[in-house]
Amino acid sequence: MDGSTHAAPDTWTVAGRTFTSRLIVGTGKYKDYAENAAAADAAGAEIVTVALRRVNLSDPSQPMLVDYVKPDRFTFLPNTAGCFTGEEAVRTLRLAREAGGWDLVKLEVLSDTKHLLPDMEETLRALKLLIADGFQVMVYCSDDPVYALKLEEAGAAAIMPAAAPIGSGRGIQNFLNLGLIIEQAKVPVLVDAGVGTASDAVLAMEAGCDAVLMNTAIAGAKDPIRMAVAMKHAVIAGREAFLAGRMAKKSYADPSSPMAGLI
Amino acid sequence: MNLIVNGEARTFEPLPHLAALVSALGLDGRKVAIERNLEIVPRSAYGKMALADGDRIEIVHFIGGG
Repeated sequence: MDGSTHAAPDTWTVAGRTFTSRLIVGTGKYKDYAENAAAADAAGAEIVTVALRRVNLSDPSQPMLVDYVKPDRFTFLPNTAGCFTGEEAVRTLRLAREAGGWDLVKLEVLSDTKHLLPDMEETLRALKLLIADGFQVMVYCSDDPVYALKLEEAGAAAIMPAAAPIGSGRGIQNFLNLGLIIEQAKVPVLVDAGVGTASDAVLAMEAGCDAVLMNTAIAGAKDPIRMAVAMKHAVIAGREAFLAGRMAKKSYADPSSPMAGLI
Repeated sequence: MNLIVNGEARTFEPLPHLAALVSALGLDGRKVAIERNLEIVPRSAYGKMALADGDRIEIVHFIGGG
């Protein structure tokens, strides 16, 4: 951890894999794959999310993600973006497993194209299908502690509540629920979606999240590379503050300089 | 032979196996995953998997996503 004086490295583990960076970045919405790779690098990310789509048959020479954001450098976390049923999600991730050769995946089953919030009933059903098929599943979910627990009991490798709708950049909307989800979880909890700027990431980490997953907050910034750097520092700052334990809030001032011995 | 590739009807010279289709399309087999009639074909089987008229082939790869 940058600047830390603690001897033991501050790592987190999901599905038996241990990581130092607590910032997972998406690979969508960048100007091109080169900017995308530079942002993932600047963010210090070790995991990147990726989507699976048909190849462009009319122009097979188009640039490919894997030529820029390299699978030997980053852990790829294939997603099920655009899937609305459990069967679609399973089909997509089976193909992703064949394309990449790994079983750690991000499940998201959406309900509505307007708000992109998860369909939790279908998400839970899809999770069970994927686990039966041997996948390790990090699950994008609503900020509902009841469903979060059901996902964990079904075998989710990580619980990933939305801070706010995907791509909305509105930050954490329900700290109370997020706190309850973190308190009860025995698997990692990540805020996934809805982060808008660095302070949102700090707040997620201060709340006790194990990591934060974001895409548009970086890709949609005026200077994505600089925002990637900001997010790297924000996640570290929030994590360190969480570990340090914040001071108690008080109702009145408490002078920092002694009042005794004044001239 | 006639195949449906990624939802498009396409006509090819007779192809001995899936690997021949991948190269006929100008793709790198190491960077894609393929379904034949909704069944995943392991990459190691591309050179052995025979194709039949009317087969529905899906060829996918990783792209940017969140």
